[in-house]
Amino acid sequence: MKHGKYPLIITFLVPPLLLYGIFVLSPYLQAFQISTTNWLGYSATADYVGLENFGNLLRDGALWNAVKNNLILLVLLPVLTIALGLFFSSMLNMGGRRGTAGVVGVRGSGAYKLVYFFPQVLSVVIIALLWKEVYHPNNGLLNATLRAVGLPAPTWLGDPRTAFWAVLAVMVWANVGFYVVLFGAAMQAIPKDIYEAVMLDGASRWTTLTKVTIPLLWDTVQVAWIYLAIAALDGFILIQQMTDGGPNHSSDVIGLRMYNTAFGSETKFGYASAIGVVMFFLTLSVAVLALRASRRDRIEYS
Amino acid sequence: MNRRDILRRTAAASLLAVPATGLLTGCALGGGDDNSGGESLEGTKSEQNPLGVKEDAPLEVVIFNGGFGEEYAKAHEAMYTAKYPKATIKHSATQEINKTLQPRFVDGTPPDVVNNSGAGQIDFNGLVSQGAIADLGELLDAPSLDVPGKKVRDTLLPGVVDVGSYDGKFLVLSYAYTAYGIWYSTKLFTDRGWQYPKTWDDHIALCRQIKAAGIAPWTYAGKHPRYMSWPVISTAIKFGGPDVAKAIDNLEPNAWKSEAMKAAADAWYQIVKDGFIMPGSPGLDHVQSQTEWCRGKAAFISCGSWLESEQAKVTPAGFNMSVAPTPSLGTGDKLPFEAMRGTAGEPFMVPAKAKNRAGGLEYLRTMLSMQGAQDFTRKVSSLTVVAGSTQGIDLPFGLSTVVKALDASGSNGFNWVYNNFYRKLERELVDAACGEFFSGRTTPAEFLDQCQKGADQIAGDSSIKKYKRQ
Repeated sequence: MKHGKYPLIITFLVPPLLLYGIFVLSPYLQAFQISTTNWLGYSATADYVGLENFGNLLRDGALWNAVKNNLILLVLLPVLTIALGLFFSSMLNMGGRRGTAGVVGVRGSGAYKLVYFFPQVLSVVIIALLWKEVYHPNNGLLNATLRAVGLPAPTWLGDPRTAFWAVLAVMVWANVGFYVVLFGAAMQAIPKDIYEAVMLDGASRWTTLTKVTIPLLWDTVQVAWIYLAIAALDGFILIQQMTDGGPNHSSDVIGLRMYNTAFGSETKFGYASAIGVVMFFLTLSVAVLALRASRRDRIEYS
Repeated sequence: MNRRDILRRTAAASLLAVPATGLLTGCALGGGDDNSGGESLEGTKSEQNPLGVKEDAPLEVVIFNGGFGEEYAKAHEAMYTAKYPKATIKHSATQEINKTLQPRFVDGTPPDVVNNSGAGQIDFNGLVSQGAIADLGELLDAPSLDVPGKKVRDTLLPGVVDVGSYDGKFLVLSYAYTAYGIWYSTKLFTDRGWQYPKTWDDHIALCRQIKAAGIAPWTYAGKHPRYMSWPVISTAIKFGGPDVAKAIDNLEPNAWKSEAMKAAADAWYQIVKDGFIMPGSPGLDHVQSQTEWCRGKAAFISCGSWLESEQAKVTPAGFNMSVAPTPSLGTGDKLPFEAMRGTAGEPFMVPAKAKNRAGGLEYLRTMLSMQGAQDFTRKVSSLTVVAGSTQGIDLPFGLSTVVKALDASGSNGFNWVYNNFYRKLERELVDAACGEFFSGRTTPAEFLDQCQKGADQIAGDSSIKKYKRQ
């Protein structure tokens, strides 16, 4: 075995590493190179302009507006999704209190699990189209319901005061199912006797959640936080499909700025790459910060 | 793991890295400006073959697969191969022109004919400034394929060469002739005894009447509010003459704040102020708003002449949509009521580095033949830029009103091209300003300010090439 080890390892490693190099690393590196040029994307020539693109970035009001929206997403998307995810999954897994000592979910939790996970099997574009119709100001499900109970019916996606929040709600809706399942799986791994002991002590559901479940789930929450933070810095597909950044740029995000700069209304690939590079560092630092900030001692069940 | 192991593994890793760095050097940006792709296949020019097509040279055509589909192009290709039986045509159709073709332009191996259209259109400003498009001047001076005694240039409707020209060079052939106006249902109007208003005061009076009848006078594509910039600019041009548009196209200082634009914006503000726009319109996209209009929820909508085919599936029978010019502001208007915006759309181009450039030009000549144009009109119910090509064809109701309106407009017709020169200005900046204005969040003065700020932003951006409309 010892002698055949390296050929074997190399045969298995070379193809994936090569693919990774060509399709992941090389585009990244090229983006760095292109971001220092004024390339317009449809010829083979480009002039080196140094850091000019990055200088222009600093003065680009439209970009800062998009960054602001991404930062709001960065705070709200993880908080809302994780809070809802934790709430739902704890209700599904240990919310039931039917007198007996067993730790079970609320009645019908199987059906709920299915419903929560539903958005996860839909493609993002379908989700966007679906919600575009739900938000339809005149014939949409949402406004029809609001009107039926006598509430005012806003034009959700057509009003700069609501458009961004309407899309944020869809982002939470689309993501929460996955985290319900993720947290649920982690909760299953918590020994039942801990809960039984807690219940014997007469703890309420809220205390159980905050004092027992969340501390024991901390690792999973941390992972969820990073995933969601990265998702929050993107948000491109939903925004592009639902509002295209409008009205009046009120729901713009960095990804959409980048796309429009290269493919949409202009062909400034150099400048778009510079936006991409900024996004790269932003995502990287958010991930590192999230890891650092949420570092805690690990609890191991013996 | 001991030290030797680590060393050995590092060596292995660096071996792996070598091919990767090799790949890095020759990717997205290509390897400098070599003109190897520029060699064009050419035959000998003759009376029969004025463009010098090499008869067995393969031709590649890429069509935008949008509202017009791709069948019409297959018919044109068949006409081409009928003349050059030895040529093979590679046909493809896509909705993502930019993403599909961008690498091929960089590579120097673009197709021979590109229908650069749709949401995935490549910005012409960038293409032209990088010299990526071939001059079509030769095509204009070639004889028409089947109109005897006429050059291609003389078979085209007025304004076609203007709209495809950048700094005096004719680079883009826009094939479909499009009228921009205000649409209404003839049935609805006859049923109710309403008359399309010729003056602004009549328009407002009618709006009041329509609203009283329980119908919203107006709706628009709230997600693409630039659709409403068309009637506003049209009103301004009719009030102040074609120079209003030229100033906008040439990014002249304060072009958007001219007297004519002010008068037009003030007038249009009334439909916002008086609540003549269907509630909820700002939240609708173009298809949703057009569908509400087809369902009789609104009386007027602003659109181009593609509206009828776009709405074919949801238009009720007997709806009979008609197009009309924007109402005149008053007797002081420089252009008569009949004047409307007619322009060529659906752009075709031959890339500068196309292998079979002569074949590409010849393909366009085939499209511009009477036979090619009539076939297009029959297949997709749209006009072409070839004059007189609708004769003897049964047109659907809406399109026949377009023909009538364009005839009436005649030499008073006008156009603007800033949207071709500076795609971002219309698609993003004026678009956003229209959204604010027509949902009542800005005043006419603020609206024009926002448009002007957008134009100034484009004018001040040294990375965007500026063109001058002649």
